[in-house]
Amino acid sequence: MKKQVNEKINKAEATSLHSAYLALADGTIFKGVSCGAPCDVFGEAVFNTGMTGYQEIVSDPSYFGQIVTLSTAEVGNYGCNSEDMESRGVFLNGLIVQNLNPPSSWRSQQSLEELLRASGKPILSGVDTRRLVLHIRETGTQKAWIHADGTKLPCEEAVAKARAWSGLDGLDCAAKVADKPYTWCEQGDKKIVVLDCGVKYNILRQLAAAGFQVQVVPAGTTADAILALHPDGVLLSNGPGDPDGVVGVVDCVQKLLGRVPVMGICLGHQILGLACGARTGRLSFGHHGCNHPVKNLLTGNVEITSQNHNFAILQDSLGDELEVTHINLNDGTIEGVRHKRLPAFSIQYHPEAAPGPFDARYLFRQFRELIDKH
Amino acid sequence: MPKRTDIHKIMLLGAGPVVIGQGCEFDYSGVQACKVLKKEGYELVLLNSNPATVMTDPEFADRTYLEPMTAEYLHEIIRRERPDALLPTLGGQTALNLAMEAWHSGVLKRYHVELIGANADAISRAEDRRLFKATMDSIGIRSANSESAHSMKEALVIAKAIGKWPLIVRPGFTLGGSGGGIAHSEEEFRTIVERGLELSLNHEVLIEESLLGWKEYEMEVMCDKRGTSVIVCSIENLDPMGVHTGDSITVAPAMTLTDREYQAMRDDSLKVMQAIGIQTGGSNVQWAVNPLNGERLIIEMNPRVSRSSALASKATGFPIAKIAALLAVGYTLDELLNDITKHTPACFEPVLDYVVVKMPRFTFEKFPAANSTLGTQMKAVGEAMAIGRNFNQAFQKAVRSLETGHFGFGLEPKQEHFEALNDETVAAELARPNADRVYFLHAALKRGWPLERIAELTNIDLFYLRKLAELVAFEKNITDTPELLRKAKELGYSDRQLAYALKSDELAVRARRKALGILPVYGTVDTCAGEFAASTPYYYSTYAEYDEPVHSNSGKKKIMILGGGPNRIGQGIEFDCCCVHAVFALKKAGYETIMVNSNPETVSTDYDTADHLYFEPLTFEDVLNVYEREQCDGVIVQLGGQTPLNLASSLEQAGVKIIGTPPADIDAADDRGIFKGIAKAAGVRQPASGMASTTEDACRIAAEIGYPVLVRPSFVLGGRAMAIVNQEASLRSYMVEATEVSEGHPILIDKFLSDAQELDVDCLSDGHTTVIGAIMEHVEQAGIHSGDSACSIPPRDLSQAVLDEIHTSSCRLAKELHVIGLMNIQFAVQHGVLYVIEVNPRASRTVPFASKVTGAPLAKYAALLMTGSTLKELGFTKSPQIHYSAFKEAVFPFVKFPGVDITLSPEMKSTGEVMGIDFDAANAYLKSQDAAGNRIPRSGGVFLSIRDADKQAALPFLQQLAKHDFEFYATAGTGELLYANGIQSHAVFRLSAGRPNLRDLIIEKKIGWIVNIPDLGDDGAKMRSFAIEFGLPITTTTAALQMATEGLVNSVVDAGRVDVCSLQEYHR
Repeated sequence: MKKQVNEKINKAEATSLHSAYLALADGTIFKGVSCGAPCDVFGEAVFNTGMTGYQEIVSDPSYFGQIVTLSTAEVGNYGCNSEDMESRGVFLNGLIVQNLNPPSSWRSQQSLEELLRASGKPILSGVDTRRLVLHIRETGTQKAWIHADGTKLPCEEAVAKARAWSGLDGLDCAAKVADKPYTWCEQGDKKIVVLDCGVKYNILRQLAAAGFQVQVVPAGTTADAILALHPDGVLLSNGPGDPDGVVGVVDCVQKLLGRVPVMGICLGHQILGLACGARTGRLSFGHHGCNHPVKNLLTGNVEITSQNHNFAILQDSLGDELEVTHINLNDGTIEGVRHKRLPAFSIQYHPEAAPGPFDARYLFRQFRELIDKH
Repeated sequence: MPKRTDIHKIMLLGAGPVVIGQGCEFDYSGVQACKVLKKEGYELVLLNSNPATVMTDPEFADRTYLEPMTAEYLHEIIRRERPDALLPTLGGQTALNLAMEAWHSGVLKRYHVELIGANADAISRAEDRRLFKATMDSIGIRSANSESAHSMKEALVIAKAIGKWPLIVRPGFTLGGSGGGIAHSEEEFRTIVERGLELSLNHEVLIEESLLGWKEYEMEVMCDKRGTSVIVCSIENLDPMGVHTGDSITVAPAMTLTDREYQAMRDDSLKVMQAIGIQTGGSNVQWAVNPLNGERLIIEMNPRVSRSSALASKATGFPIAKIAALLAVGYTLDELLNDITKHTPACFEPVLDYVVVKMPRFTFEKFPAANSTLGTQMKAVGEAMAIGRNFNQAFQKAVRSLETGHFGFGLEPKQEHFEALNDETVAAELARPNADRVYFLHAALKRGWPLERIAELTNIDLFYLRKLAELVAFEKNITDTPELLRKAKELGYSDRQLAYALKSDELAVRARRKALGILPVYGTVDTCAGEFAASTPYYYSTYAEYDEPVHSNSGKKKIMILGGGPNRIGQGIEFDCCCVHAVFALKKAGYETIMVNSNPETVSTDYDTADHLYFEPLTFEDVLNVYEREQCDGVIVQLGGQTPLNLASSLEQAGVKIIGTPPADIDAADDRGIFKGIAKAAGVRQPASGMASTTEDACRIAAEIGYPVLVRPSFVLGGRAMAIVNQEASLRSYMVEATEVSEGHPILIDKFLSDAQELDVDCLSDGHTTVIGAIMEHVEQAGIHSGDSACSIPPRDLSQAVLDEIHTSSCRLAKELHVIGLMNIQFAVQHGVLYVIEVNPRASRTVPFASKVTGAPLAKYAALLMTGSTLKELGFTKSPQIHYSAFKEAVFPFVKFPGVDITLSPEMKSTGEVMGIDFDAANAYLKSQDAAGNRIPRSGGVFLSIRDADKQAALPFLQQLAKHDFEFYATAGTGELLYANGIQSHAVFRLSAGRPNLRDLIIEKKIGWIVNIPDLGDDGAKMRSFAIEFGLPITTTTAALQMATEGLVNSVVDAGRVDVCSLQEYHR
């Protein structure tokens, strides 16, 4: 049924000229109004169902290379502020919304529109985002092209551009978003080195709150260099893209395991999996939202979690080293593992929230306990 | 952890009558709970005094008690039924209070009944203001600076300590914040505190610092016994703090909180649940946020399913009450499935990709003297909810859903009045929260006032003001280009608004729009913003690219049932009950049912009631759109009250197939002139009558007919602006007001039948045969609106000749009006002569009561008749005969409108009803009074004033009462009668004649019961007003006195023990 509708639109629109739209590689067009930076971009079309937290989303390096559709109806309402930035900039390639609003909040320092414009990223508003979400749900994540540079471009050309883009698979995205080394927090009785694959600041904030000194090093830093910093624990951060594309980090983690307690989050979790012999694969349209129930198999508790990933550790590839500690109750996918012998665990979702609920904040305390015990 | 097997029999408490602050949302939650608990195999016992509820249908519980919701009846039912557990969290404050009373009195302990859903400690911690504040302090959550007082003296000390006006006064343990208020001065403070202390069950008022102007939020929380908690919905009030959330325009999801602020509020809401000790179920936590710095205070938490829970359920698709019931019996959230997706678990937080706007429905036009300023005491009688893809669309849809005559925000004739007001008035009305504030907002925006100025006057967040300003700006440039028409529809404008702007008509706009391909599409309420496939067909309209297909391939015939829209006085839960029954019957008969309604409180808008649910405004445009999309085979308009009837003709003209009684006949019955002919053809007698468009006409007609006359505008709901007029002068002043309300329709004038008995008859016809469902006799004499008077089934003293005539008249009228389905007839019997007062060929307010009492599901039958069944096929060929009695009694909202003249009249004012049922008519009557909160005392002072005509008839009952422990206070004539018969009484004056009068006696608390059988034109109405004002029972007819007396004598014989019996046993 849905396919038919799309084909109908395809035919009608393939040759028509529009000034602002999103073109998917399968030929589907979503019209909108350009209101961010006036430019054209490629990207991987994904959606996020969270109802708050657009600023955290646009500044989350994990969205590198992606065109993010927000399903919530009204966006921009509370503006943006410096405290809610999750990194030093905006990493997604483009943003798609239904309705974009000027800010009304005592915390606002800048509108979302201004933030994206200043970062050179386009926003497409006025889009039937529900149609787009349902389409991605049915067809999976797709390569896409935002046309928003102010010119008129035939849709078929935009579709061709989307198809021509090589995509994110196999790409080392982490290397592109990782910052240079820096110290986040000097106080603390134990020291954590964070391997930055695109780390969100709230992870660093949570580590600091757990009483750690926090040192950040970019993906690609060798195990020896990390160990030379004498960490009490290493955190493998979240980050964008395909874990298989990340160069050198898996080796590094293999060397760290057993030498120092390790915690992985999101991409870091997938990397820990790879380091322990598991394989990862793509989910059809990923998990992006703030409402996924995850069950902690060790306690039986259910947490509402913040999620943002397209890849996951494959259930049948786990091997003997790892055991599953958390599962997603929506689709049964792996949400957390721990090493059976060594002090290492990881979670697929975001215990640091930002955006999303803080139900899983205990995991930072758990890391602290693991280190204290070690 | 599966369900508990150590409990087998669960007792559920309903919410009793519909009152302001506690509407039909608790029928919705009760129905959900009953359905699911029964399905789980529990034996269910239900107590609810309200017959106009779906939950009290006998099939929803094993034992359904329509008994008064008081401690003594609950005690008796528990003694009789011995339930293992009592679930009190789904019946609003009434159920919670009653359960707490039973707990405190030790009844629960004595019969080993466990409170499930919430325990007594948790309830106390949430409900007792002081305990609550202490609990919040202990977890570091700030609540407003406040103290509770148990006396005026304490209150004044506290006010001084806080040291600044205004102060908020909230009584403990009351409904919908009853009796609370905002005091700007010591004088106001004293008044509010006094009332609050009296209303509070624990004689406590909380005095707190004012948070006026702060933003207000609600979080709907669910938790299970393992401690898993989810936020089902966040709701932001457009009206800031100071306006009761039930009276506020509210929006879901929260619009103006950053993720950080939202998550902190979420975390704290969960912390509050834990600290209060809620083990399972749904709760509601309310927060105030300072818009200047984000400072956040807790306002309150309800340890139960609430009005907001119903809204949250409808807004998100998450069935809070159903899940709460399952959690109460031991399930955990991860064991339950999300009903909408059917494959993901219930332990998730719904996300919305649309905006929901709820607007309150007020009826200040019924209470012109009421203070229409909104405050902390709820005044709304109903609400409408609308769903749109953006705020503006939802807002426009909500305005037209309200059915207040405004067909949207701007671009409509009723707005002109507001545009014409002077600046001072607009500014003043913006600063004063009131029912029409959105229209004043429009007027201010149209004038181009800076948003900052409007924000300052209203404290409404700039986010909303900008949105509304966008609409006002759009209005100025509207033309009929395809682009602008599409944009207009995206912004939520109705075709009627566009027709107004384009000086065209609705049909022309519709035609042009369709020609341009600007058509609505339908989105699904799926709980997950499209992330998972949803199979539940719960839709809303919007203007976007993608139309989600109808989930339907059953090949069944489709019948659309139009609901009643927002509750208001005269049109409420009774009609929803009828619509739901129609759905049930048609589903069972193999039809696919399509429900259209805009009222979030109802059972009809539960996604699993009808096969397809459309949450849409009940307007011509919106209904026709759904009809065309669904390709319905027929539409039922006669069950949802006046709302669908008003649409019937225009829908029919647009090609819609209305099934049942043809709209032309429905209209004919309402048209005096035409109906006169019909009555004549049917050979039925009508009181002399006429119709007037001018005052002079009216005076001439009244003179011909002879006074007293009953006057009213034609075609209005709930008897608005009806009056009994005794003389020409009053008639003249009436005409001035009435012509305004009737908007061009003429005024009807009838001979008023003094001393007549009024009867209500609900009957069914299949076009050939007609069967009477029930004859109801009013307890009050003619002159009080039928919705406001008590009535009984069966009627008590009608001669066989009159009964026969009722039967033949009903049959003939049904035939003449081509009735297929339900018809309500009001008869009056004066001196043994039967008159037809009014005929409504549609479901009436009394249908649920009649069905409940007789066990004959009239609305279900009606639906089947409309789809072609005959009465014979339904096996309903004889009027049901019952061997017990039932009384319906009305419940009034006057306590919410202090200062309003409480006089009952032909204009309906009650919000709800209760029923008393017993094998003994007198006991049934007493129960109905107990249930309505007018408990007739078993001893003490009685005020007596009986008109001459009834004195002899009343005497035997007074003699009986005198033998018991009553002390009589009598007016002169009645006193003489008593004296002559050897009965002592104290002398007391009529209200108008001197002092001490009734009022003085009431204030001195010497009187516990008023027996006043007045002549027309006496101060009877005033007496009744007093009775209601002071919460005293009043008896106004000899028949009622007889029943009360017999009941009292019986109850004295039975040593005060109450008799209870379930509906299932009565129907056996």
